[in-house]
Amino acid sequence: MDYILEMKDICKSFGEVEALRHVDFAVGANEIVGLLGDNGAGKSTLIKIITGYHYPDSGEIYFNDEKMERLSVARARQLGIETVYQERALADLQPLWRNIFMGRELSGPLGFLDVNGMMQETQRLMVGSMGFTSSAVVPDSVVGTFSGGEKQGVAIVRALYFEAELIILDEPTMGLSLSETRKLLDFVRDIRKAGKACIFIDHNVFHVYSVADRVIVLDRGAVAGQFSTKDITLDQLMDKMYRVAQTGSLD
Amino acid sequence: MNSCVEERAQPGGLVRFARRYGLQIGIVLVAVIVWALFFIGSPQTFSSFPIYSAFMSTTPLFAMMALPLTLVIIAAEIDLSFPSVMAFGMTAFTLILAATNSLTLAFVGCLLAGLLAGVVNGLLVVRIGIPSLVATIGTQYFWRGVVLVITGGNGRSLVPTQGSLLYNALVGRLAGRIPAQMLWTIIVAGIVWLFLNRHKFGAHVYLIGDNVESAKLMGVNAARTKLLVFAIMGMAAAFAGLVVSLEVLYFWPTMGEWYLLSTLSSVFLGGTSVFGGTGTIFGTFVASFIIGAINGGIVAAGLAGFWTQLIYGLIIVASVSMHAILRRRLA
Repeated sequence: MDYILEMKDICKSFGEVEALRHVDFAVGANEIVGLLGDNGAGKSTLIKIITGYHYPDSGEIYFNDEKMERLSVARARQLGIETVYQERALADLQPLWRNIFMGRELSGPLGFLDVNGMMQETQRLMVGSMGFTSSAVVPDSVVGTFSGGEKQGVAIVRALYFEAELIILDEPTMGLSLSETRKLLDFVRDIRKAGKACIFIDHNVFHVYSVADRVIVLDRGAVAGQFSTKDITLDQLMDKMYRVAQTGSLD
Repeated sequence: MNSCVEERAQPGGLVRFARRYGLQIGIVLVAVIVWALFFIGSPQTFSSFPIYSAFMSTTPLFAMMALPLTLVIIAAEIDLSFPSVMAFGMTAFTLILAATNSLTLAFVGCLLAGLLAGVVNGLLVVRIGIPSLVATIGTQYFWRGVVLVITGGNGRSLVPTQGSLLYNALVGRLAGRIPAQMLWTIIVAGIVWLFLNRHKFGAHVYLIGDNVESAKLMGVNAARTKLLVFAIMGMAAAFAGLVVSLEVLYFWPTMGEWYLLSTLSSVFLGGTSVFGGTGTIFGTFVASFIIGAINGGIVAAGLAGFWTQLIYGLIIVASVSMHAILRRRLA
């Protein structure tokens, strides 16, 4: 299998707390990987290492078989790793267009902004991808006034806009309505159809099972096991998750 | 039918405009009201040029620091050290001038001293991780101490610089009546506006002030942006210190203390939020002149200078409170 991302023997501690212990992790070039685990299992730390926000204490990261040294957020985004964070990573007091282009502003060679270009792109994305139909929402609208689902839409569209190769979704269904959740799951399936890769993190086993090709279970900072969703039924997966939570082992 | 649709569309646009530029419209209204009150109070003074010439010579002295300070506060930081940095820059200026007799070298040295002080503030905040409120109170005393130790507390006359190119460029009178510092303030306002609103740097200033975690997650280099903001502030303070000293042709080692209050109140009255993430150059610019006018008004009304502190203090508390209330209503 071709891997877009491979991580070997990753360790990360925050002071006394060992957040990740010798984690091996890989994502195929056109694969949806579900990441499951309890609170504090290390899911968020793992993805913040992939996105360059944290540096691992030890271990190696390969992106398209190329070894990454001191991966930064800006470098990760350049490589095509886009993330929809649990906390959405929006700036509430800023207008929509500044949020869409946060950290990757369209600009000329001297760094001066192409404000019109960003406004037009935002307008196009609003109509085409975010499904904002209300005339009250314009590219200049301040994001803080949006609903939870709308904010999530902004975060997702932002990730998509930059031609991502690997899209990371951290707890994307949190705070979404039923129909918004269904739309989100359809969107994840579209990622596979588009030939891209995805890491999908969710508390809800049903959601993860229904879209993922492979499920990796993290427990207390280490990989407890992984399954192809073809080889395991939802009931078996639920059973195993339950057992991990109780005993720390899958079997 | 058509007119009906238009009628409905227009108020929407107006409301949107009012919401977006509300604070700026508000500050212009305040300026007009203050001016009208003064005009009614003493129509003779306010219908002749000298009073405006006086405003244009004194207001720029703190307006040119309030403009970059707006960047600092939008980035959710604060700088309280700039009054001392004004004097520190001037200490470098007078030392270099005495040693080399070159105004050019002295001018460059003055700006570099300000830059150094700004970078020190930035490093304390970004690298050491001290809240800027505390860090810049510390550096305020530190640089003042450096100035007093070096100068022995003695001032220095700048009369020999009168008539030089530097003097005329910074504090001369254009066409015999417009103070040059007014022009500099407009230029500084234009440059700061351009970089704040039309450059990546300014976009990042707003983003880190609004939500620094989000900005970092999206790849904004928050440390570099903050460092740059403090560096610009330091350099602007040194520049303003030079303009102030040349205007009166004397360098006082204790200079600058009065400017803390007028500069801060200009920024807050201008609608910049103490919580970061919002603020405009236009607001600060207009508010500076309101603050300048109030100061002139206090003097003209024959009130003691003590009133200035009382009123400016009140303006700061009132503007910051207004923002706190607006913010709570938004959340």
